Amino acid sequence: MLCQNCQKNEATTHIKRIVNGEATQAHLCSDCAKSLGYDSMFSDIGFGFSDMLSSFFNEPVLNTLGGHTLRCEKCGSTFRDIVNSGRIGCADCYETFYDKLLPSIQRIHGKTNHEGKIPNATEQSVKRNELDELKNELNEAVEQQNYEKAAELRDKIKEMEGENDHE
Amino acid sequence: MSKWYIGEGDHNDIVISTRIRLARNLADYPFPSRLDNKSKIEVNEKVRDALEGKEKLNYTELKTLTRAQIVSLAERHLISPEFASNSDGRALLLSENEDISIMLCEDDHIRLQVMKSGLDLQGAYELADKIDTEINESLKYAFDERLGYLTQYPTNLGTGMRASVMLHLPALTQNGQINTLASTVSKLGLTIRGSYGEGTAMGDLYQLSNQVSLGISEKEAIDNLKTITLQLAAQERSAREEMAKSIVTEDSVFRAYGTLKSARLLSTKEFMNLISKVRFGAVCGMLKIDLKTINELMVSMQPATINAFVGRTLTADERDVERAKIVRERL
Repeated sequence: MLCQNCQKNEATTHIKRIVNGEATQAHLCSDCAKSLGYDSMFSDIGFGFSDMLSSFFNEPVLNTLGGHTLRCEKCGSTFRDIVNSGRIGCADCYETFYDKLLPSIQRIHGKTNHEGKIPNATEQSVKRNELDELKNELNEAVEQQNYEKAAELRDKIKEMEGENDHE
Repeated sequence: MSKWYIGEGDHNDIVISTRIRLARNLADYPFPSRLDNKSKIEVNEKVRDALEGKEKLNYTELKTLTRAQIVSLAERHLISPEFASNSDGRALLLSENEDISIMLCEDDHIRLQVMKSGLDLQGAYELADKIDTEINESLKYAFDERLGYLTQYPTNLGTGMRASVMLHLPALTQNGQINTLASTVSKLGLTIRGSYGEGTAMGDLYQLSNQVSLGISEKEAIDNLKTITLQLAAQERSAREEMAKSIVTEDSVFRAYGTLKSARLLSTKEFMNLISKVRFGAVCGMLKIDLKTINELMVSMQPATINAFVGRTLTADERDVERAKIVRERL
């Protein structure tokens, strides 16, 4: 599909909007999208991610990926499906394609490690809460120059982090 | 019961509303684009049942609503344009005063949104957090220790939170400072854009929100947004003070008021431009009009909302007549 604005380039950005009471969809190339003010790839709608993935993985890379097709066991998505649609298929896809997705995630957020709320009483969250608590205690101990306690806490934290790595 | 936007919040001379949105997915189902309608409805009903007896929310399958009702919900920012674009397998949980809306099977299984009038990021987050925890008491979320809450688009990974404030910035728009602000806030991990319409900001309304959700906690993101909002508000106030001294500004405020009170035809665009001036005049004390009335008009004079109010689909001309009539009555 050609860009609705310039009618020259391939439309790669698709925007749904409410204009005068009608839901409309605009199909734009990246240049026009930018000049019309749609250059934020971080919008609520999430358009642009597909663009970014495809530009990140150039055609040869995508083709070799197609050679030995890795599929998500849960939902059947291939990495090509994800690149083409810009959407992740299911939670397991993140595990299956973790290494391939990570560079893009890093580019979007600048970071790759979650901070903040964790779900209720899951096994992970309990462990993580304990770990956070220990780390806080460690900081306190260091501040109070209680080095004996700090050493003890440090060993405990090391032990717990080691357990997590083996999962 | 009065709607959320009728209230008067902090800094309401500039901040019209605050919104917190959390994206969540159930662990046991693929994301919505990989679900058939039957499974989507299953997901929707599970979330509805999880909140049964905990929150008073009305459950509506989108396909039971008329086009005008759906678009009106989007105009009032209760649902996203994306959500309004397709009703298949989608449902909405909405509180009576419309401060809580939960879009089911949009881009994610759950898009939980809380709105407050004025600047109230803390209050909006606390309520969203409470409902989120209530859902999670009986349903397991898709979550990864490294990536946080897992979402259909990687742009929402981490906290899954988008916090935003709707700002009325007539003076910064007028003096052109708004253009440089956009690049400044983007360096601070935030984004600002027009609230309605394409590219330009209708009614000088802007949405300021956090861009990044992974690697930054909810509290940090909210504190950051709040700090920048207060700075913008301070800049807008000093620009307003400067502008209000000019007779040209005063003239344009009273002309706008005069037109709104007498016009027989008002398009959305003209209305939004005039009401923005009137709001400015009211805040500066030139006009004695309640901000509640103005806020309510700004929200309710969008095309489909007028259709929904009148109860039938009007042509553009009929709508402009109806809009002018309602505005005359309310002012």
